[in-house]
Amino acid sequence: MIPPAFDYVRPTGLDEAVRTLADAGEEAKVLAGGQSLLPLLRLRLAFPELVVDIGRIPGLRGVREDGDVLAIGALTTHHEVVHDPLVRRYAGLLAQATETVADPAVRHRGTLGGSLAHADPAGDLPAVALALDAELVAVGPGGRRTIPARDFFTDYLQTVLAPDELLVEVRVPKREGWGYRYEKFHRVAQSWAMVGVAALVRRDDGHIAEARIGLTNMGATPLRAAAAEEALAGAGDPDAVARAAQSAAEGTRPSRDASASPEYRAHLARVLTKRAVLAAAGMG
Amino acid sequence: MTHISVTVDGTAYEDDVEPRLLLVHYLRDRLGLTGTPIGCDTSNCGTCTVELDGMSVKSCTVLAVQADGCEVTTVQGLARDGAWTPLQRAFHEQHALQCGYCTPGMIMAARDLLRENPRPGPGEVRKALEGNLCRCTGYQNIVRAVLAAAEETSASEERQNTQEVTA
Ligand SMILES: Cc1cc2nc3c(=O)[nH]c(=O)nc-3n(C[C@H](O)[C@H](O)[C@H](O)COP(=O)(O)OP(=O)(O)OC[C@H]3O[C@@H](n4cnc5c(N)ncnc54)[C@H](O)[C@@H]3O)c2cc1C
Ligand code: FES
Ligand code: FES
Repeated sequence: MIPPAFDYVRPTGLDEAVRTLADAGEEAKVLAGGQSLLPLLRLRLAFPELVVDIGRIPGLRGVREDGDVLAIGALTTHHEVVHDPLVRRYAGLLAQATETVADPAVRHRGTLGGSLAHADPAGDLPAVALALDAELVAVGPGGRRTIPARDFFTDYLQTVLAPDELLVEVRVPKREGWGYRYEKFHRVAQSWAMVGVAALVRRDDGHIAEARIGLTNMGATPLRAAAAEEALAGAGDPDAVARAAQSAAEGTRPSRDASASPEYRAHLARVLTKRAVLAAAGMG
Repeated sequence: MTHISVTVDGTAYEDDVEPRLLLVHYLRDRLGLTGTPIGCDTSNCGTCTVELDGMSVKSCTVLAVQADGCEVTTVQGLARDGAWTPLQRAFHEQHALQCGYCTPGMIMAARDLLRENPRPGPGEVRKALEGNLCRCTGYQNIVRAVLAAAEETSASEERQNTQEVTA
């Protein structure tokens, strides 16, 4: 379908973008890669009066090292994330999960910042940001603030970002020597995750010293599988991992939709956690 | 209205467009380049795939105003002086189409793959065409065509290299 009519601006700098958003209030919508917003407009599920295209604001794209942290610009595309040598080295989980997002053409346009700001519970990258302990940097009329990923997602498609705030950077602590695996369960190519599990594992002397598990589509927001993480500490063999993974769905509230019941999603979370942790720990 | 300048298949255009105009509608309705079809409303089918500054995109999921200042290549811009590219020939020779509706998108997505990975295996071809749906063929011959084009392209490159060495 043809999208509803809207006005369009393409600010050339961050200040101008923030000012434009502040002036427009609730009626404006930010456009980054457009791979979530344009489908919504085409289906006439969104009716912004003004679309603010941030796609060409300089300085918001690319990956750089900043001490112990990888600073990834919000406009860095999925394609760039997948191929970036720094991301592959220090945040391999993010590269691996991003490679499962959509298809090559969508990955050429869609951005990391857009995926997080969109906050779709079935989106793959919010749970990864949680598992990686990422921090999100936002800029608004009041200046710049840094938000831990665990405080960023508030509800279905909702974040703490104000309408006149832009996500500008995703800061990911560098991790070397951790095993990782993103396990995504979906029925057909390029479809969204029915459930996804992002696992990061640090091993020490053959045992799992520390595990961090992010869950995709197990509630209105991405979640950490805290009970399973605790149970995994000290696990030294596949049986122990399988036992610990039984608690992966504890404290979650998965939805019911055309593709799965909450019970089935809970089952998937347990199975995928086992698979992801075994692979991440090299016990698979 | 927003003013845009784009180069499409080598020709430069200047136009005033409504911001809501999708790139695919610009190509088809404004420029008459109907070789790029529309197959869905959900950005899933991939038949509208074109290259934007050298990268495959779904032209139904890009606004024409976002293509301002960019270079677009559609399936209609591939042949040189009427001669098909190896990919186009391979789709014909390997019977990689029945109704042909998905073909422009398949060819554009396959181009993208072969640029990044000139000698893909069958699994890699299937993965790369993940965003392109075909209701007719069952995909087998599409995969064959892409593999055949890859082979032909690298064989002709090898021939060229040998000629350069012997010359
Ligand atoms: C066919 C298809 C399949 C897909 N499959 C998957 C999948 O399997 N997994 C997955 O995770 N995703 C999937 N996606 C979504 C894709 O990852 C999108 O790229 C992503 O969700 C949004 O990124 P974007 O840059 O395109 O954002 P846009 O569409 O431009 O924006 C999305 C939302 O975020 C807001 N926004 C964007 N950037 C910022 C910013 N910097 N600051 C503040 N607000 C901002 C916009 O206002 C809008 O509300 C799919 C998309 C398509 C079309
Ligand atoms: S028309 Fe279906 S993806 Fe563009
Ligand atoms: S040949 Fe008919 S859709 Fe592919």
